[in-house]
Amino acid sequence: MSPRVPLYRIAHARAGDKGNDSLVSVWPYDRRHFAAIARGLTAERLRATYPALLRGPIEVKAFPRLGGFLIVMRDALEGGVNASLGLDSHGKSWSYLILRLDIELDDHQLSGQGL
Amino acid sequence: MPRECLRIGCGAGFAADRLDAAEELVRRGDLHWLALECLGERTLAFAHRDRARDPTKGYDPRLERRMRALLPLCRTHHTRLISNMGAANVPQAAQRTLAIARELGLFGMRVACVLGDDVRHLLAPETPLLEGGTIAEVGRPVVGANAYLGADAILPAIETGADVILTGRVADPSLFLAPLRARFGWQDTDLDRLAAGVLVGHLLECGMQVTGGYFADPGFKDVPDLARCGYPLAEVAEDGSAVITKVEGTGGMVDRRTVLEQLFYEVHDPAHYLGPDVTADFSQVMIAEVGRDRVRVWNARGKPPPQQLKVTVGFDAGWLGEAGISYAGPNALARAELAREVLRERLLVVHGLTCALRFDLVGVDSLHATAGVPRSMSEDVRLRVACRSIDREEVEFVLWEVEAMLCCGPAGGGGFRARLGPVVETRSCFLPRAQVRPCVEVLRA
Repeated sequence: MSPRVPLYRIAHARAGDKGNDSLVSVWPYDRRHFAAIARGLTAERLRATYPALLRGPIEVKAFPRLGGFLIVMRDALEGGVNASLGLDSHGKSWSYLILRLDIELDDHQLSGQGL
Repeated sequence: MPRECLRIGCGAGFAADRLDAAEELVRRGDLHWLALECLGERTLAFAHRDRARDPTKGYDPRLERRMRALLPLCRTHHTRLISNMGAANVPQAAQRTLAIARELGLFGMRVACVLGDDVRHLLAPETPLLEGGTIAEVGRPVVGANAYLGADAILPAIETGADVILTGRVADPSLFLAPLRARFGWQDTDLDRLAAGVLVGHLLECGMQVTGGYFADPGFKDVPDLARCGYPLAEVAEDGSAVITKVEGTGGMVDRRTVLEQLFYEVHDPAHYLGPDVTADFSQVMIAEVGRDRVRVWNARGKPPPQQLKVTVGFDAGWLGEAGISYAGPNALARAELAREVLRERLLVVHGLTCALRFDLVGVDSLHATAGVPRSMSEDVRLRVACRSIDREEVEFVLWEVEAMLCCGPAGGGGFRARLGPVVETRSCFLPRAQVRPCVEVLRA
């Protein structure tokens, strides 16, 4: 079985919002993990992991030249900053919702990196 | 960095941003321009409410403090100031700024107002909204409507030579692009340079979010001296390339990672970042660390902007109330859960309320629980109840019911606090550029 690591060990992220859409960018610390994250961080995976929350369209865009990803989760913020009754109506904490996912690495990527 | 660079700093990235670091930025940043971005969509809607109540209000309530601290420094250091603190009442913001300047002995100071973003008179009940439906179909009173003006609307204000430029709603990056256009003579057709200026504005407009704020994660992303984090500044060259940096000796940091996180912040499509000035492509941007806390960015690409201007429409949406009560120690979670059950029954069954209600256990399941993340087993739990209604009395009643839990709820409940405030909801629509007529007025102290 391939080794799995929590995404927060190999990438950092920032959450923003526009209206009722949550926008989270994900940046691998090491570009060698880009391909593994691209494989593991998919719209289907996010929808399956957080079905109660992510009911709208989800798009994961890859930016190989910059070495990062942008996740666009539409209609995900319970109405957004204006309408949501939630504590975190901007979804500022959502970067860590994404970072808690597990990512499957290739065997050789685990050794020697303290993971 | 060559002398012909323009040095522009950001001394506020939102309405509640720090002030002392902005003073430090002007004192030691050797800036041509200081930009203060203080106007969120909701902030503007609330400003319209303030102005409706009192025609002398409706500009940023912190303008007084910011101007008192920064105007003398800006004069000493020959730094011009640009800000959207005019909010819903730019002329009154300018009058107040001039009064402060006179009090401080800053005679001869000139303030230019950028007007024309208020487009409420151009909207009709049948105006369609981007979110679907029409203004009339929202069914709530409009509190204000503002178009996102671009740098072209600000340029004439800069060309008056005024010391301070005050605007209402402009696209945030335009606060930075306009001084660059004025300095380097970039034209509407210089699309790549406009995109470069928008990139600089986008990276700076959230203040410390590019210098280590909203970034630190101990053990993973450590940030030095976050308590004294410095605001950012950019050294921008005529070709649009820029170095993002901060004043030496301040806290925080600028590196590839802080720049990358900010590059995509609140952007739907980094290859087509829409704005009134240009459609910018950030997807091919080059980023290089060129020194300690110095990151060079270049290669933003531009395409023509949309033909129409985006307009934010604010609606009065009633009242939001929040109340909480805390439980701690052995079995705290069970007691908090009981309190939640009791309140649900009281509000929904006994009193039959139909307003929007939400119940959270803070410390257990308030933030990511709706996503299905396992709850924690904290022994320090706060029940939070939130409600929204058009009817203020209904919200007040919910807060009363939460407070009553002190005597009527589970054992050991304490720390009741509640707050109630107005809610605005915002929607968007488009207007043809030709209908929006920006103009400039200059006042002198």
